Amino acid sequence: MLRILLLTLSVVASARAQLCEPDAQNAFKVRLSIKTALGDDAYAWDANEEYLFKAMVAFAMRRYSSKSTTQISDVLLCNVTDRVSFWFVVTDASKNVTTVPGSEVEAAIRMNRNRINSAFLLSDKTLQFLKITSTLSPPVEPSTPVWLIVFGVVLCLIVAGIIFLIVAGIQQHKKKNKESTERENLEEKGEVTLTVENGIPCETLDLKAGHINGVFAADDERFTSL
Amino acid sequence: QAMEKSRPLWDNPLQFVFACISYAVGLGNVWRFPYLCQMYGGGGFLIPYFIMLIAEGMPLLYLELAVGQRMRQGSIGAWKIISPYLCGVGVASVVVSFFLSMYYNVINAWAFWYLFHSFQDPLPWATCPLNSNRTGYEEECEKTSSTQYFWYRQTLNISPSLEVSGSVQWEQALCLTLAWLVVYLCILRGTESTGKVVYVTASLPYCVLIIYLIRGLTLHGAVNGLVYMFTPKLEQLSNPKTWISAATQIFFSLGLGFGSLIAFASYNEPSNNCERHAIIVSLINSATSIFASIVTFSIYGFKATFNYESCINKVILLLMNAFDLEEGSLTADNLNEMKDYLMATHPQEYVQLLPQLKNCSLEAELDTAVQGTGLAFIVYSEAIKNMEVPQLYSVLYFVMLLMLGIGSMLGNTAAILTPLTDSRVIATRFPKEVISGVVCFINCVIGLIFTMESGSYWFDIFNDYAATLSLLLIVLVETIAVCYIYGIRRFEKDLHNMIGRKPNWYWKIMWAFASPLLIISLFLFYLTDYILTGTLQYQAWDATQGQLVTKDYPGYALAVIGLLVAASIMCIPLGALLTFIRKRLKRESISTV
Repeated sequence: MLRILLLTLSVVASARAQLCEPDAQNAFKVRLSIKTALGDDAYAWDANEEYLFKAMVAFAMRRYSSKSTTQISDVLLCNVTDRVSFWFVVTDASKNVTTVPGSEVEAAIRMNRNRINSAFLLSDKTLQFLKITSTLSPPVEPSTPVWLIVFGVVLCLIVAGIIFLIVAGIQQHKKKNKESTERENLEEKGEVTLTVENGIPCETLDLKAGHINGVFAADDERFTSL
Repeated sequence: QAMEKSRPLWDNPLQFVFACISYAVGLGNVWRFPYLCQMYGGGGFLIPYFIMLIAEGMPLLYLELAVGQRMRQGSIGAWKIISPYLCGVGVASVVVSFFLSMYYNVINAWAFWYLFHSFQDPLPWATCPLNSNRTGYEEECEKTSSTQYFWYRQTLNISPSLEVSGSVQWEQALCLTLAWLVVYLCILRGTESTGKVVYVTASLPYCVLIIYLIRGLTLHGAVNGLVYMFTPKLEQLSNPKTWISAATQIFFSLGLGFGSLIAFASYNEPSNNCERHAIIVSLINSATSIFASIVTFSIYGFKATFNYESCINKVILLLMNAFDLEEGSLTADNLNEMKDYLMATHPQEYVQLLPQLKNCSLEAELDTAVQGTGLAFIVYSEAIKNMEVPQLYSVLYFVMLLMLGIGSMLGNTAAILTPLTDSRVIATRFPKEVISGVVCFINCVIGLIFTMESGSYWFDIFNDYAATLSLLLIVLVETIAVCYIYGIRRFEKDLHNMIGRKPNWYWKIMWAFASPLLIISLFLFYLTDYILTGTLQYQAWDATQGQLVTKDYPGYALAVIGLLVAASIMCIPLGALLTFIRKRLKRESISTV
């Protein structure tokens, strides 16, 4: 009796073991890069970590389908290498010696990817499920592109500068025109005789820099009266 | 009596020197000289470079400055005074300057584009964008690198060939308009505003280059680049192309023949010591080239080392994943031994893997010599994205490019505007603000061609052909005119009146013999080169392969090239002919009276 029991157990065990093989149906390869991710804080991959992995997969299956009753013992790992890579397969407890379809496992893992990642302190790149592609998150894009804002600021500054210079130029021009027309009008009226010496108007010579020469200062008493 | 309106002057000689430096030190110093140094013998290239500086650069620069300062007119007026038959030379200079300003400002537009995009984290050229269903990166970006993708696709949106024009890119058009507004702001008031702007455009690039030098030298792997550059490969000195490239570089780097130097010098006091200034400007220009190439090569070294190490890491990862080896067992040091070991133990799988295993080589990375827009916008931005605080370095770098570009644009527009404001026909009717505005507006509208999808190809046409042959001819005619038509003795006397001493024998020999001979040989070389190569070709970007491919120019593009060269060169004989006809008619009308 005992022998028959042992025999059936070993048959079941070997049958189950055959479910988990590289490239078996519904089996997935997992690759971890712990040292790349954590550097000096890297932990060693041992049986306890494997247990955690089986637990996370069972958790993912249960969370994905409320009907699921996956146990930790239903998840089989095999071919663990030094790289830290291995194959795993999820068996169906209700139907003997069969595996859960790959599509279900894939969907379950996808749904809970970041929970699984954070359990191992890894990321999508360092904990790879080789057949399950992860959707990359797009970068955050603000509503108005940043470059347009900077462009607008610089444009406003430059246009303000141009307008300021043009207006200043026009004002200067007007002032010059007003001065020259005033002078022309006065000349025409003959009220002010514009004395010109060598092409330079005499009034510009009446600068503060000019000194009155005391020797020639008009001193009426010096001159003999006519 | 009305007073004669006096010519505007620089506030002090320093403004003049800064204006010349700002004009001469341009993008060519940053993106062409390092390339030439790398191609033609590293440290050994400095020998032909300095010989050409002394034989060609300094004398021709002094000549142009002296002519401008003595004649106190823009290029057209100055050459008319030297000989009435030479008015065509001045017109040719203006035409070439016009072509240059049309396409040169597009570089400033690109610099603005990159500058505005530097205010993001991460930098937009650091990562590839995702494809439509977010499962991976854009296909084109995968084939090439993210920086090349950003340049060819997101900046230029380049078409596969010259024939496919595509539409005007509104973003580039906006940046181009902004660039022209900035130039207008600087030249609006003539020397009054230009004189103040050149303080900034001349000195800021040096500040940035010094910061980059310090940063560059402290980067990991910079030494590789510097060693690579400075190891002289003296056998290149026997290659004639080395000497020709040195002569060409000195010639174009100083910006001779455009009329800008004449224009700047015409605003000088007549007693300004332009001999000293010519020596200072040419020495500073060459020193800046060398300085810039030190910075460029430390950046090259950093980028090459970074790429080499990434390549090695990729190979290590591939081998580790394929053979399930423990992490950390494969390092860069034992890679070769491990490869042999794996080939011995697992021959079949190794052979399968072989096509994917790239041979990583630091030499190959350093050998990728790039010049022009590729260096400035692709290589540098690639190096910047890998530094710490990349936004800061990116902003600094593109502000420097802008200063260099705007400084050169100021010279170009001065070359066009000075003859226009000198001519009494135009200057009395319109104020100089309006003339500057019209010139900027026309250039901006024509420049929209370069913002189309095929714009970069047209840019290359203008860059390669609009100025090269024409300038050589213009400067040759200028030198011969001053030495033999105006007379070297008369020129000596003028210089004695201006500066107070006569030029010594070095200047006279260079002006009369050495420089014209050099220019003639350069001109002959380029002519034979164009004739021998037959069809002209260009590099087009192939999006499906993710790299540049060589294509032939279509017929109408060749026609445009011919037109560009002919338009400026023809002015010289046409001007002489017109003057001759006018004199003939005058003589006849006098004789009939």
